[in-house]
Amino acid sequence: MTGTLDLPTRKDEAWRYAAVEKLRAEDLTDWRTIDVAAGGTMREILVVSDENAGEIEIHRLRVNVAEGARCEIFGVIASADYARVEVEVTLGRGAHFELGGITVGGRDTVREFVTRVVHAEPEGTSNQTVRSVHWGQGTGNFLGSIDVVRHAQKTDAAQDFKGLLLEKGASVNAVPQLEIFADDVKCAHGATVGQLDEAARFYMAARGLTPELSRRLLVQAFIGDALVGLKDEDAQERLMRAALDKLDKHL
Amino acid sequence: MLKIENLTAEIDGKQILNGLSLEVAAGEVHAIMGPNGAGKSTLSYVLGGRPGYEVTGGSVEFRGQNLLDMEPHERAAAGLFLGFQYPVEIPGVSNVQFLREALNAQRKERGEEPLTGGEFLKLAKEKAGLLKLDMEMLKRNVNVGFSGGEKKRAEMVQMGILDPAFAVLDETDSGLDIDALRVVGEGINAIMRDENKGVLLITHYQRLLDVVQPDKVSILSRGRIVKTGGPELALRLENEGYDAVMGEPA
Repeated sequence: MTGTLDLPTRKDEAWRYAAVEKLRAEDLTDWRTIDVAAGGTMREILVVSDENAGEIEIHRLRVNVAEGARCEIFGVIASADYARVEVEVTLGRGAHFELGGITVGGRDTVREFVTRVVHAEPEGTSNQTVRSVHWGQGTGNFLGSIDVVRHAQKTDAAQDFKGLLLEKGASVNAVPQLEIFADDVKCAHGATVGQLDEAARFYMAARGLTPELSRRLLVQAFIGDALVGLKDEDAQERLMRAALDKLDKHL
Repeated sequence: MLKIENLTAEIDGKQILNGLSLEVAAGEVHAIMGPNGAGKSTLSYVLGGRPGYEVTGGSVEFRGQNLLDMEPHERAAAGLFLGFQYPVEIPGVSNVQFLREALNAQRKERGEEPLTGGEFLKLAKEKAGLLKLDMEMLKRNVNVGFSGGEKKRAEMVQMGILDPAFAVLDETDSGLDIDALRVVGEGINAIMRDENKGVLLITHYQRLLDVVQPDKVSILSRGRIVKTGGPELALRLENEGYDAVMGEPA
């Protein structure tokens, strides 16, 4: 089968910023499918770090969230030349999807979250927060599409992306895509890109913090937004550490 | 303790300090007054080492060391505290975390053991009490959502916790009501009035000097110290204005 699979190109919207030239057919075959039963909750914690990552890391999940159920995915992508966490979620009536994603990286790495959330029934909610911190020639992306079908009234969907560039040459891309066919819905999305706040850094230095420490504290505060929805302190700490370790090691 | 000689400095190529000389001995509170645009804030930023404030000449000796050779965080560890006219908000970082990291970073730089969480909280509670700042405020993010007065009180709590040898306080009295001014002024006295410590107190008004009585008062104008005297100089300024005291035509 793998021999007949066409590799994606950058013309495909969902692969626009991907390191497609590094892809091999076998990277693309695995989709993991999860069904969350009515009223149930699933939580997936994903860490792509130096300890577990190869050169190419692609994690693809297809989740069907039944009525009143909840799907939570929290992930840090901190390793691999090209890493992609791709999630397709279909929400039943009153179901919820929560994503908290963090990408960090330098060199010429590309690390991205790609989501497609289908609000297939009324009253579904989704909340996606992605924070990307990059340096060197590193790139972080969030490609998020939201489809609200015609009868999925009272849908409430939100996407929030922020990028922090620590060095010239790094980049981030945010591609929100909203297709809304119902008329009584809320769909919010926002994206910003910035650098470390130099006024804050001088203030912190004036209190005795080294440049490394102030940067670490500011980055920690920045990416912490993505973990606010995670109600498990141990997991929160593990994800935070994976992200900050990468920063400590390479900056 | 602090010896500034013939200091010149510029921002974006524009010269702001024009050969400023000033000396503050241990045990002294030295007030700097001056009209808007005289270079008061520039002086404090230059002493703190803020990027963009370029020293083009002169020297600053602090406790026997060349201050201008040090990075901003090294100046803090060497005992210099800079009180900001506009304290910076840092979303996502709590006061407690910030100050503990800052204090321990300074201690590390000086080769001292770090304080444990418990030791630090005890110290923070004591200093917050001194400045009548609710301990709950210290659990909130640095200066975020603080009123002008709360920010200034928080600055003084920071000073109390970090316990510097020398403080440069840039218009710490601006934005304070009369009661808060008294609390902050008494805080400065409690924390910094010591024979081994010094203060450079930059202010516009006599009000603060009624509480923190200066040993010396200097007038800064156009980037230089033009007059130095005792506390009576501040009173004269209050009554007669800068132009009259500096002998310039109105």
